[in-house]
Amino acid sequence: MTTQTVTGLKGKHLLGIADLSAEEIGLILETAEAMKEVGARPIKKVPTLRGKTVINLFFEASTRTRTSFEVAEKRLSADTLNIAASTSSVVKGETLVDTALNLEAMAPDMIVMRHASSGACHLLARVCKSRIINAGDGMHEHPTQALLDAFTIREHKGRIGGLKIAIIGDLLHSRVLRSNLLLLGKLGAEVWVAAPPTLMPPDVERFGVHSTTSIDEAVRDADVVMMLRIQLERMQGNFFPSLREYFTVFGMTEERMRRAKPDVIIMHPGPMNRGVEIASEVADGPYSVILNQVANGVAVRMAVLFLLSGASEGDQL
Amino acid sequence: MDAARVERTIARIAHEIVERNRDLDQLALVGVRTRGVPIARRISEAVAAITGTRIPVGTLDITLYRDDLMRHTVGPQPVVHRTDIPFSIDDRRILLVDDVLYTGRTVRAALDALIDFGRPRSIQLVVLVDRGHRELPIKADYVGKNLPTSPRESVQVRLAETDGQDEVVVQEAHA
Repeated sequence: MTTQTVTGLKGKHLLGIADLSAEEIGLILETAEAMKEVGARPIKKVPTLRGKTVINLFFEASTRTRTSFEVAEKRLSADTLNIAASTSSVVKGETLVDTALNLEAMAPDMIVMRHASSGACHLLARVCKSRIINAGDGMHEHPTQALLDAFTIREHKGRIGGLKIAIIGDLLHSRVLRSNLLLLGKLGAEVWVAAPPTLMPPDVERFGVHSTTSIDEAVRDADVVMMLRIQLERMQGNFFPSLREYFTVFGMTEERMRRAKPDVIIMHPGPMNRGVEIASEVADGPYSVILNQVANGVAVRMAVLFLLSGASEGDQL
Repeated sequence: MDAARVERTIARIAHEIVERNRDLDQLALVGVRTRGVPIARRISEAVAAITGTRIPVGTLDITLYRDDLMRHTVGPQPVVHRTDIPFSIDDRRILLVDDVLYTGRTVRAALDALIDFGRPRSIQLVVLVDRGHRELPIKADYVGKNLPTSPRESVQVRLAETDGQDEVVVQEAHA
């Protein structure tokens, strides 16, 4: 695998892949390799973040990401607090900044936040002294998802540069797509994106990717196929006639998978809509690494928590 | 110490291990990254040359167990590498191997890390160089060479596997 040329992260927060260099991404993935081994031990815990407090502040629904961060924090011995918006004073009308400043008064070291508004983490990073980790902000970025996807691809393919990677589904509403396009571009993959015209972001080609409305063209000879969820909760208006019709034209089936390379892997960030963007036989098929992605998420988040817990250039001493 | 001296020292440690341990098949070597690992491998080879028994070798990265990680107010975190112990340490007699024994803090971290992998019958400490100045109550069982130093000096162990050639040098530390 690659050898690092950097020994730390420049920023004190992880707000998006946009802020990371290829070398910093490499360092996170290498560190995650070591963290994955910790998860395979009889005692899956190291004392590294003992005495550190991490607040998981989730303003949007999440199973995987929140649990994954919490497991990662516990494996590093941090003290963790979970706050869901539905049970917090947000329902009483408190603003995001006030909520954050009040939490900060209790001196946490890091805040992991998911929020429905793009840029919410950047706002928090400006007003808070704690390290901020973006666990998904609106339709903007979801950096740890892209990092765990990259880790999973590297684990199966040994590299990322030069691979043909097809990303298919609801591209318009996807923060996973944006983070992945930034990351895969920095690491030199050949990326194809496919979606109905109504779900294709208008500016997608500025990421240096090939875009098509033909799923078959995107999948042809692909090394990796990444399916994205149809995000009905973010759709205002009709983007396609029906879920059944969407599946007929853009759903991933076994027959369509045959156009990819024989050793293709299929990925999905979850939660899956079986029978909408992906057929059950594909999701559960031998080439599926969907549950590996979940397992790797813990290792990648441990790496991010560890690397951000060090001092950085911008610190006031 | 030059290359020949390093080689003789490792051979002597291997002989001492054979003398002091009756059941060689209950032993396992665990090298502390970075330079404890090639030393552990060489000891394993040397013991195999004497007795025909090959002692398994594991690799331990102690970064996540360091006691100074969260105290540094400047600088990034050190790079973490994989730990790889491909055998159960339960009820084994572990030989923990490092290049230089100094304050004892690395050994403390290594002991904590090892114990998270199971409950060995015993742990013995093997070091190529003991330079003194302990800050914790830790003592080595096998010492290649006692090297009296001042705290202002630094002891560099260089090995063919990691540095191109074998040697041990004492330098005046740069501030």
